[in-house]
Amino acid sequence: MNDSTLALMIVISALATFATRVLPFIALSRHAEHPLILHLGRYLPPAVMMILVIYALRDFRPVLEGQLNLAANGLPTLIASLVVASLHLWRRNALVSIIGGTGLYMVMVQLGWHTTP
Amino acid sequence: MLSLTRWRHDFLQTLPVMFGYLPLGAAFGILFVQLGHPWWVALLMSLFIYAGAGQFMAITLLANHAGLLEVAVATFMLNSRHLFYGLSLLKRFQGAGWRKPYLIFALTDETYSLLTNQGRQQHGPEDHASACRISLMNQLWWVMGTLAGAVAGATIAFDSRGIEFALTALFIVLTLEQASRLRRALPFAIALFTGLGALALLPERHLLLGAIGTTSLILLAHYRWLDRHQETCR
Repeated sequence: MNDSTLALMIVISALATFATRVLPFIALSRHAEHPLILHLGRYLPPAVMMILVIYALRDFRPVLEGQLNLAANGLPTLIASLVVASLHLWRRNALVSIIGGTGLYMVMVQLGWHTTP
Repeated sequence: MLSLTRWRHDFLQTLPVMFGYLPLGAAFGILFVQLGHPWWVALLMSLFIYAGAGQFMAITLLANHAGLLEVAVATFMLNSRHLFYGLSLLKRFQGAGWRKPYLIFALTDETYSLLTNQGRQQHGPEDHASACRISLMNQLWWVMGTLAGAVAGATIAFDSRGIEFALTALFIVLTLEQASRLRRALPFAIALFTGLGALALLPERHLLLGAIGTTSLILLAHYRWLDRHQETCR
């Protein structure tokens, strides 16, 4: 592939990505105070957070082909997620919860807990 | 507040994103140069495209010699969940002036998550300045990761396997924060329904768009229902 094709693809990709981000601001800039927009502004972010959690845990299947799944992203993900949630409900310190859970996850994964028996 | 204190405060907020973006950016950089592309192209992509999943998809499109139209359509589809992010930040970014184009450009999943969770202690210019600092630092982590991966390649010694879990942890923490602030089950119930539904029914690349799009439609219906309900009460 020559350099100009590569450059063109990157420009197209950058423009397409920016379009998804800027379109609502162009189309709806004069309706920022509309009750429907405020309604979405209130309820959409918490819903999106929850969806991002579900998406991040998508590889975790507690039961796979009729068997308990302890593979990579399986049990370590579940345990670390529960630790993050518990730490956060206990201390309400975002950094402590995130570093604690991530550290534990790294230890579990690096100790080779991801090899299925 | 001193300027340095402000930066420090916002830096601490971006720290979990740093743990996620540095290794993911590095993974992108390593993969990109391994396919024979020059390192600075990876850098340009992280500077001007700045979309994690989108850049990984671009690698596949490049390898398959995809046409320009296909690149445009596939990139737009993959990233169209951003349309809904903008919807809920219209008011927030109002009056952001010269910062507004960058705030819009830099709106990734993670930046959106941090910005909608700030609780807005400040208003006006200071709020926009803080949003801008957070957006800028998040992109800095992504660009630094890319650069490290593309230039240093696989020679990075630190065993960082599993560190990308930081982003999952961030989303869990932010969901709990949202729940304690909102104290209403509705959006979480809708998200569980659409999220698990999308997981069961849709291929992975359409998962986020499907779930977030459906959630927006349900919220729209909810709004119309509330509206009608209030009118009959009046």
